[in-house]
Amino acid sequence: MTMRERFYELAAEALWENERVAVVLADIGAAKIPAHPRRFNVGIREQLMIGVAAGLALEGYRPIVHSYTPFLIERPYEQIKLDLGHQDLGAVLVSYGASYDASTEGRTHQAPEDVAALAALPGWTIEVPGHVEESELMLARALGNDDRVYIRLTDETNAAPIDGSRLTVVRRGSDEALFVLAIGPTLDPVLEATLDLDATVAYLTRVRPFDADGLRAAVLGTDVVLVEPYLAGASAGEVSAALSDRPHRLLALGVPLGEFRHYGESAEHRAAHGLDAQGIRASLERFQRSGRSLD
Amino acid sequence: MAIATELGYDDLPALMTRLTGDEKHDWSALSTLDMLWVLYDRVLQDGDRFLLSKGHGPTAYYALLAAKGVIPLELLDGFGTFDSPLGHHPDRKLVPGVEIGSGSLGHGLSIAVGRVLVGRRVFVLVGDGELDEGSNWEAVQYAGRAGLDGLTVVVVDNDSATHGWPGGIESRFAAEGWHAVRVDGRDHAALEAALCNQVAGKPVCVVAEVRQ
Repeated sequence: MTMRERFYELAAEALWENERVAVVLADIGAAKIPAHPRRFNVGIREQLMIGVAAGLALEGYRPIVHSYTPFLIERPYEQIKLDLGHQDLGAVLVSYGASYDASTEGRTHQAPEDVAALAALPGWTIEVPGHVEESELMLARALGNDDRVYIRLTDETNAAPIDGSRLTVVRRGSDEALFVLAIGPTLDPVLEATLDLDATVAYLTRVRPFDADGLRAAVLGTDVVLVEPYLAGASAGEVSAALSDRPHRLLALGVPLGEFRHYGESAEHRAAHGLDAQGIRASLERFQRSGRSLD
Repeated sequence: MAIATELGYDDLPALMTRLTGDEKHDWSALSTLDMLWVLYDRVLQDGDRFLLSKGHGPTAYYALLAAKGVIPLELLDGFGTFDSPLGHHPDRKLVPGVEIGSGSLGHGLSIAVGRVLVGRRVFVLVGDGELDEGSNWEAVQYAGRAGLDGLTVVVVDNDSATHGWPGGIESRFAAEGWHAVRVDGRDHAALEAALCNQVAGKPVCVVAEVRQ
C-alpha cells in the first residue's frame, strides 16, 4: 500500500476517532476520504484551503490539509506564512507527489523546492518519510500536538521502516569513514551505493527541527555527504551549522536547481538527478577523489 | 493602568490623536470609524468574533479597543515605535482583543470561513480596494455555495479600488448567493440594521459606502 493510500485511510479514521480533527481539501483527495461533518472540500481553492485550516485552528480544531505538493506548499505560500505562521496556529500539511512522483505530469505538478521553501519559515516540523509505516507514525504524532507539521508523502520507498525522527546510524564504518546522511527514501539507494565503501550511513526523516546533536555525535571523520530527495542543499546550512567548530567537507546531493523539461518514469527522473544508486556512487567517488587531491 | 469604561463615539477622534499626535486623521482610518463603533457598541454578542481583514489604517481600531476597555489607554502612546504593541498593521500576538494579524490583503475572509464552518458567528471588515485580491473571491464563492449564514462581511467602500467595481460590489456578492445590501457608512442606525439582519442559509454582505 502506498503512503498516499494509507494516509486516506488514516485521515478518514481520525475524523471519526478524534473529535478535534478536521480535514480540509481542495478537491484532490475528496474522492478518497468519505464525507464527514468535519471534512471540508472547498473546491479548487488552495488559498482558501489554508485560510480555512487557520480558522479551524483558531476554534481549537486540529486541521489536516492535503493536496499535491506544489498546490499545498507553493500556491498558497503566503497563507502558510501568515494564516498559520504569523497567527501562530497549528496545522498538519500532508502532501503527495514529492519531487518527481508526478513524472508524466510535468513541471507544473512537481515541487522539489517544497522543503527549502517551508524551511525558510519559522516553526515548522518537516517530516520526510521513507516508508509507509514511518508516515503512519508521523501522522499519529502530528495529531497528538498542535504544532505546524509538514509530512511529505512519496511513492518512493525503502524496503524497511526505521524511526528517523532522530538521526540513526544504519551502518557503521571505520573512524575515518565517509559519513553519508540519507534523508527519507534516499536510504536504500545510498546503502546500495556504499555497499563496498568504508562508509558510515545514517538515516533521518525529520529534517526540521534538524537533529544537530545527533549529527555531531555520529560524525567521526571529516567527509560528510548529505543526500536529500528534494532541492539539493536544503539542509546543507543545518549540517554546516552543526559542524561549524570542526574541520569538515560537505557534499550536498539532491534535485539540482533548474527547469527540468522531461516526462517519463519517476525512476528516470531519479537517475537524471543523480539520485539513484549509480548516480550517488559516482558523486561519492568524485567527492573522495577531490578530497585526496587536497591532501 | 487606566481601563476606559465610559468613553463613547465622540471620544474616538481624541484617542486617535493620542495615537498619531495629529489632529487630522488618516483617511483609511476614518473610513472605518463608524462601522467599527456600531459593531462593537451595538452588534457583537458574547462569543461573536470580529476579524479586521483590512489591516491598513488601524488607528480607529486601536482607539475603539481603548474606548471599550479592551486595551489600556496608555498603549496608545508610542504608536508604531519599536517597543509598542500597536503597529501600522495589527498583530494578534501583541494586542489583546485582536483576533488576527492583518496587513497583507485578502486573508481575513478565508480564516473567517473556517471559523463559521464549525459554528462561530463572525464579522469581517474588508476594503473595496482589498477585494482586488483574488483570494477574497475564493472565500466569497465558497461561503455562498455552502450557505454560511454565520458570516457577515462589511465592505468599507471608499472607492479606493484602482479599477473600480462596475455594477457595484454588492452585485458580485449577490451573484455568489449572498444577501448583499448597500448602506450609508456614516449612518449608525442603517449600519446596525444591516449588520443585525441575518438571513437563513445565506452569508450577509454589507457594503458601507463612505465618501470623502
